[in-house]
Amino acid sequence: MSEANLPFIGAILLTVVGGAAVLTWFERRLLGIWQDRYGPNRLGPFGILQVAADMLKLLTKHDWIPPFADRFVFVIAPTAIVISMLMAFAVVPFGPDHYLIDMNVGLLFFLAMSSLAVYSVMLGGLASNNKYALLGGLRAAAQMVSYEVFMGLSLMGVVMLSGSFSLVDIVEAQQDGWYFIPQFLGLYVFIIAGIAESHRLPFDLPEAEHELTAGFHTEYGGMKFTMFMLGEYCGLILLSCMITTLFFGGWLGPFFPPLVWFALKTFGFVCFFILLRAAIPRPRYDQLMALGWTVMLPITLINLVATGAIALWMNQA
Amino acid sequence: MENLAAEQSILPVFVFFGAILLLVATMLGIASVLGERKQTKTTDLPYESGIIAVGSSQVRLSVDFFLIAIFFVIFDLETVFIFAWAIAFFELGWHGYLAVVVFILILTIALIYEWKSGALNWGVKSQTARKETS
Repeated sequence: MSEANLPFIGAILLTVVGGAAVLTWFERRLLGIWQDRYGPNRLGPFGILQVAADMLKLLTKHDWIPPFADRFVFVIAPTAIVISMLMAFAVVPFGPDHYLIDMNVGLLFFLAMSSLAVYSVMLGGLASNNKYALLGGLRAAAQMVSYEVFMGLSLMGVVMLSGSFSLVDIVEAQQDGWYFIPQFLGLYVFIIAGIAESHRLPFDLPEAEHELTAGFHTEYGGMKFTMFMLGEYCGLILLSCMITTLFFGGWLGPFFPPLVWFALKTFGFVCFFILLRAAIPRPRYDQLMALGWTVMLPITLINLVATGAIALWMNQA
Repeated sequence: MENLAAEQSILPVFVFFGAILLLVATMLGIASVLGERKQTKTTDLPYESGIIAVGSSQVRLSVDFFLIAIFFVIFDLETVFIFAWAIAFFELGWHGYLAVVVFILILTIALIYEWKSGALNWGVKSQTARKETS
């Protein structure tokens, strides 16, 4: 599928954006079950029409731009996170023939796109001209920038073993064994860095309600607020897709067709991240930064050195 | 020949980008048409949890944020070299491996220095300063 394939592009966008919309309902339902309550269950079967109701509500909200804000940046900022997160899906291989493009720098493209999202929260916080928003935006910038350093490094073990930046090659290199066994340290760091990078709970310090009201999107409402949320949920799906691709053999698996395997694995990780939200409380901001620089970065470096030595030694023998 | 293929195959990304822009613009456009317009006494005030905002929003910031930015520049630049080594890992063999170990060692020494000098301790510096002055 190397030509510009409009139905396929439409299918990706529909799946991801639709999936992100359904995820807002799914997350609340799962959290409800785990906290021994119902969650949204009134509209339609299992409450799934809640998604449509929320969408109607958000569409008819006052499209307010604060008179004290920087108008242009205020409108542009929330779109940046959606655009960059969706762009990263261009390189995700959903199946052996189901990808938009097989770039030989696919992994770097993913890293670049996921780090562009920092502009969204930072500019959103700055343009709002509100104290909470500014603090939230700064926190987000510092957090994402620190975790980005070893998010890339944690994936280098995978690149070393497969010898390629192309995501299709990486999946095909996992025929003999998925990388989550030799690269368990890399997987561990990547999951934590990924959560911090997409500022999901428990690492959502930039928007922590108990100290910053709503952080960088305090002044946002209606569809622009939805953009931030859409970007966050797309980031969650993207993160699950990347964990599947890089560590759990992508579309590989017996009996079922490749696409089904990919969807199943991705869905499992999405559930895992939602459970994480229900299970772990927020750390303090200084704990979060200390964890990044003094625990995660050394682990990543150890992983690199150990992977290199073992892989070369095994290759020699 | 390979270059030509690469140029042709990059097209879907641009089409994809166009489709995303269209989607985002449509969403924002529909919302700004459909949205209700409401003007009350407090609509145009900044939201600070019900308290009327005092002073400018350009508050003074902790120096820690700037330190993090500097560390990011240092470490992220060094990761780029490791990226370049990882892709040619087996071709470079033990020779390349030892070179990178030395490189990572320098990185680790820099990290330990930052750690020991207290640059990574978020907020502690200001607390000790406050204790000394009081």
